[in-house]
Amino acid sequence: MNQAARIPAVELSSRQLKANAHEALNDAQLRTNMRTAMDSLIAKRLAVMPEAEREPLRELGNHVRARALSKLPELLERLEARLTANGVQVHWAETVEEANAVVLDIARRRRARAVIKGKSMVSEEMEMNEALEAEGIESLESDMGEYIIQLDHEKPTHIIMPAIHKNARQVAKLFEQHLGEPYTEDVDELIQTGRRVLRKKFLDADIGVSGVNFAIAETGTLLLVENEGNGRMSTTVPPVHIAVTGIEKVVENLRDVVPLLSLLTRSALGQPITTYVNMISGPRKAEERDGPEEVHLVLLDNGRSQAFMDAELRQTLNCIRCGACMNHCPVYTRIGGRAYGTVYPGPIGAIISPHLVGLENAPDHPSASSLCGACGEVCPVKIPIPDILRRLREENVKPPAAASAHPLRGQGSKYSPGERSLWRMWVRLYTSPRLYRAFSFALTRLRRLTPARLGPWTLNHAPPRPASRSLHELAREHLDHDRRGADR
Amino acid sequence: MSARERILAKLRSGLAGSIPRPDDFEPAVVTEPWRYPDRAARIERLVELMSAVQTRFERTTRADWPTRVLDLLEARGIDRLLVATGMAHGARLAAHIEGLAKAPSLFAYDRPIEAWKSELFDSVPASLTTTRGAIAATGSLILWPSADEPRLMSLVPPLHIALLEASRIQDNLHEVIETEGWAAGMPTNALLISGPSKTADIEQVLAYGAHGPAELVVVLLEDA
Repeated sequence: MNQAARIPAVELSSRQLKANAHEALNDAQLRTNMRTAMDSLIAKRLAVMPEAEREPLRELGNHVRARALSKLPELLERLEARLTANGVQVHWAETVEEANAVVLDIARRRRARAVIKGKSMVSEEMEMNEALEAEGIESLESDMGEYIIQLDHEKPTHIIMPAIHKNARQVAKLFEQHLGEPYTEDVDELIQTGRRVLRKKFLDADIGVSGVNFAIAETGTLLLVENEGNGRMSTTVPPVHIAVTGIEKVVENLRDVVPLLSLLTRSALGQPITTYVNMISGPRKAEERDGPEEVHLVLLDNGRSQAFMDAELRQTLNCIRCGACMNHCPVYTRIGGRAYGTVYPGPIGAIISPHLVGLENAPDHPSASSLCGACGEVCPVKIPIPDILRRLREENVKPPAAASAHPLRGQGSKYSPGERSLWRMWVRLYTSPRLYRAFSFALTRLRRLTPARLGPWTLNHAPPRPASRSLHELAREHLDHDRRGADR
Repeated sequence: MSARERILAKLRSGLAGSIPRPDDFEPAVVTEPWRYPDRAARIERLVELMSAVQTRFERTTRADWPTRVLDLLEARGIDRLLVATGMAHGARLAAHIEGLAKAPSLFAYDRPIEAWKSELFDSVPASLTTTRGAIAATGSLILWPSADEPRLMSLVPPLHIALLEASRIQDNLHEVIETEGWAAGMPTNALLISGPSKTADIEQVLAYGAHGPAELVVVLLEDA
């Protein structure tokens, strides 16, 4: 891919959520594509998760993740020791720059010209494609959905189904335009085209990159799930495999993945299991005939340790990236993933992004929720997403200088002294009976002075007008009336 | 301080004063809903789930399986089969085709991938591998690739034929891991395969043969 075709590093500012949402809401095609896809994902999940199985499993999944996080440093050390003993090289990176530097070092040492990638959201955080291409190394996505959006210079709009916002007609046009293929809307033919093009790339790639679904400390195993086989190709065919993952992905024991795997594939796609579960515990051994000569694991922090510092926010790191919270979110379904402008969209994106990019860069994300609670209810590892959304809203209106045990990057970015004093007045009004009575008297008597236009509210509603008498007055009158009746 | 030390120090300070949560893993949650009374029930569940994702089953016996394999190759006009001729099943198949007028040629994955990468990708129409067992609960085959049957054998050829002994089907993944003691030593690569390669990345329309085999046939030895 040439320089001109590079995907812009930041496609949309995450600060512009409101404007992006407005635009997305007016895109009828997008809304149809999203609604259809989400409805189908919701139905599929429900069909394979009867409540009697689901609830004990969610409980167990939550306990497994919470236990892993409760001893995270120890498990990371154990994972590293086991992987090292198995012949895997482990690297640590606090920032995405450090993580990219690790990947680039390996690429330079191997004189790599071409990298083929299995699906990895952490590599999206790193913008690894851009980092590699800046060094003249081709970096190609091999997951069909990722490949499609890479052709269109886009970013994933869903963590499981990256091209969910496109329909077959849009894909057909892309393939016609970029690959010179005859136009067809037949999905089988489109997939066969992708297969043909990418098989060549698997053959020629010097390095394969993948994410990790679960890293098992007990055995030093990287577990990957997928349906297409591109993950197995990327981790088997090239001579070098680099896995990139967040520091939270570790679990203690091999058996711990049993409930998580079951929850992940059913919550994400409504499948009892994915086509492939690929468990990698080391590079090719001397007697083996395929598999990479080198396997690397890059453990990335990128703000996760900030969430970890606070017991409530730490639960964000329970996430197993199934995407069920997006599929069930009324906001995500209407605006799609692109509007969020962050790597992780939807409810989980709203609670993880502030740690990744700072609250000041995702100021409206915790508010992009009706707090209907669906995300928390479907979460397979029981992350209390609505509670965490509320918590982040609070953190975001605190005075920036306010002391806090574990300050969040960019906290208080929506703090406004005017708003704060308004709320202070409100508190006084509602805690002093005398003031309150005077206020409600004035409000009811001067009700005709209510302005006819009240911001966005009156765009679609009649202006609110206070009643002529307050509830207190009415109640008192009613009581007086009763008493008089009783006296009589 | 290295990135490693800084990350670990920060995580440790986040946990200061807390104690690790106990291991309260309850195996019943992942085993009880996925128990099957007998071999027939396990087979039925496996066939049902895998067939639902376009896996074909050849239900046969130890005596008959080579004939069935040859039949299904012939039906597809395939004349070359990648198979571990050094293993018992490979030798058996080789002995079976000896003297047949018309039979596919058998060849083994006996070189490092680097020596024949493009040949493997471009001109191997089918492979036959053994399996370590299967899981009824999820409809999955278990494969531990080896020197004789390397990882790509079950991935690159468009048709993958998998030999499965019915006695090796277990109820659920937890049972497999525990009874076989996986935690004591994992191979470099362990696989669960639950159908032919597929994708639903375009409009959620299911398409088979995405990057791996378009067709998976399980040759089930019901008397083994």
